[in-house]
Amino acid sequence: MEASPSRVNAPSLAERAYRIRRNALRMGEVQGQGYIAQALGVADVLAVAYFHAMRYHPDDPEWEGRDRFLLSIGHYAIAAYSAMIEAGIIPEDELETYGSDDSRLPMSGMASYTPGMEISGGSLGQGLAIGVGYALGLKRKKSDAFVYCLFSDGECGEGAVWEGASGAGHWKLDNLIGIIDVNNQQADGPSSEVTGGLEHLADRFTAFGWHAQRVNGNDIGALVSAFDAARSLREPMPRVIICDTRMAKGVPFLEQRERNHFLRVDADEWQQALAVLEEGRTA
Amino acid sequence: MMRNKYARPVRLTEQGEGGQGGASRLTTSAMIASLAAPGQRTKPAPFGQALLALAETRPDLLGLSADLSKYTDLHIFAKAHPDRFYQMGMSEQLLMCTAAGLAREGFMPFATTYAVFAARRAYDFICLAIAEENLNVKVVCALPGLTTGYGPSHQATEDIAIFRGMPNLTIVDPCDALDIEQAVPAIAAHSGPVYMRLLRGNVPIVLDEYDYKFELGKAKLLRGGADALIISSGFMTMRALEAVESLKAQRIDAGVLHVPTIKPLDEATIIREASKTGRMVIVAENHTVIGGLGEAVAGVLLRAGVTPAFRQIGLPDEFLDAGALPTLHDRYGISTAAMSKSIKRWLAA
Repeated sequence: MEASPSRVNAPSLAERAYRIRRNALRMGEVQGQGYIAQALGVADVLAVAYFHAMRYHPDDPEWEGRDRFLLSIGHYAIAAYSAMIEAGIIPEDELETYGSDDSRLPMSGMASYTPGMEISGGSLGQGLAIGVGYALGLKRKKSDAFVYCLFSDGECGEGAVWEGASGAGHWKLDNLIGIIDVNNQQADGPSSEVTGGLEHLADRFTAFGWHAQRVNGNDIGALVSAFDAARSLREPMPRVIICDTRMAKGVPFLEQRERNHFLRVDADEWQQALAVLEEGRTA
Repeated sequence: MMRNKYARPVRLTEQGEGGQGGASRLTTSAMIASLAAPGQRTKPAPFGQALLALAETRPDLLGLSADLSKYTDLHIFAKAHPDRFYQMGMSEQLLMCTAAGLAREGFMPFATTYAVFAARRAYDFICLAIAEENLNVKVVCALPGLTTGYGPSHQATEDIAIFRGMPNLTIVDPCDALDIEQAVPAIAAHSGPVYMRLLRGNVPIVLDEYDYKFELGKAKLLRGGADALIISSGFMTMRALEAVESLKAQRIDAGVLHVPTIKPLDEATIIREASKTGRMVIVAENHTVIGGLGEAVAGVLLRAGVTPAFRQIGLPDEFLDAGALPTLHDRYGISTAAMSKSIKRWLAA
């Protein structure tokens, strides 16, 4: 297996997560708004995905041997861009174009706009099912690459997620790794109230023939173990890592803000948020 | 018109304007009812056979079904190439997404189901996962328009209206077995998403009697005529050719322009033929009169300032009845007899 970018003397995963959060806050400041709470919440998951688990060439995003990362939740694009900027797939100077006219970084992620963006997510429920097609295609090509698909707790209300889950289980797609961001927040309120069934997510996937793990999605050590287990599992079955995350993690005054699916941040708060984030930097 | 709730059967002789009067009551028949008239020349499963032939030269070709391979003629391909066939089960959303993923990995999936399920249930998935990315997926669907007597659950009377608004999507509505055989390699040669309406089972063959070859995006004049021009797609071209023969005996001389590609529309040929003065233009389609070929042609002509007398033969804006296909085609005016009668009436007025 070809190695990903050299990780010798690389920054720690905690430092990667810090930089992903910082990139997200800087993009949020450009727009003055955005899905910043999701990005802060999922940053640790992306740090482990991009800087521990996944194989890719930053300067060749379409490299055939890459692991595929499918962003089903298109509005998490700000988080994916933040990780891909840190990974060197997207130049850092494009950060300031986020969500602007003619930018390659639109608010909802689309494949034809952005290097490293495999699919156009945003119509929630599609990503996992598209991942089934990717996984079958890679098997046809005898590729050992993995397909990672990031979707969300609220998204599990979409029937197509379960068509995908059922199909992946039926086809025993051991090259498909689902990542669910469970932050218990969706547009109309807490997912536990709006959608329900979050406590049974692992059982639901297990019933469809998946290997399921549930971890604290803001615990880098737990995430590393979970990704390692998902990749090294020998059983011919798809794998899912259910990640319980905290919205706006890393910026306590934003963590406390209620109804934060689309977080309102005042103009003077962005610098404050960056400062608070810096204080929590562990690397 | 809405059906009356629990309406009891009417006498067959009161039905439709075209014929069948006095005949014995027909049954709904099997799902695999053929459109062929008794004694008509047919070819079995032209889509399945065409895919089989294409598979020899296109190793990237894959077949996907959502539990309807036997009813879309895909089973022929599946049997010959089990390693290139994916049975997705009764999951049309997964069917389209899987096709999208396979296309992303460089394959050319033919995703097949019934037209109702693709157009209605899987629309968003074809639109965003496939068309928005201009992926090389061919969506091929049986039971377009009124080709089953099972009622609205299976009758895709508005599939073209639904799909015409989808950017990047090419829409093909072949007439017969010859059209299908030639359309399959043509849509495969086109890189991008295609929706093709499929006639399956024993499919009539009529276009071999004309100087005709399917070309993607091209309308073809099958015969000229001084009094009227019928612009048609799908099996309604076959009906138009039959109607024109029967109208000849009544000294009506009608031409037929076959439009197997609904989108992109061959506007130049349509404008050229409709501009020939003095001819009524009649668009005939196996589809609701809303949003299909008829309104597409009307828009083209109006924008070009060409305004002949214009009529539409198509399905009404209703949920259609269940019943036997010949009965229903008569009832809704798309049988050869009903069509001839309408044209004769319009030209006499």
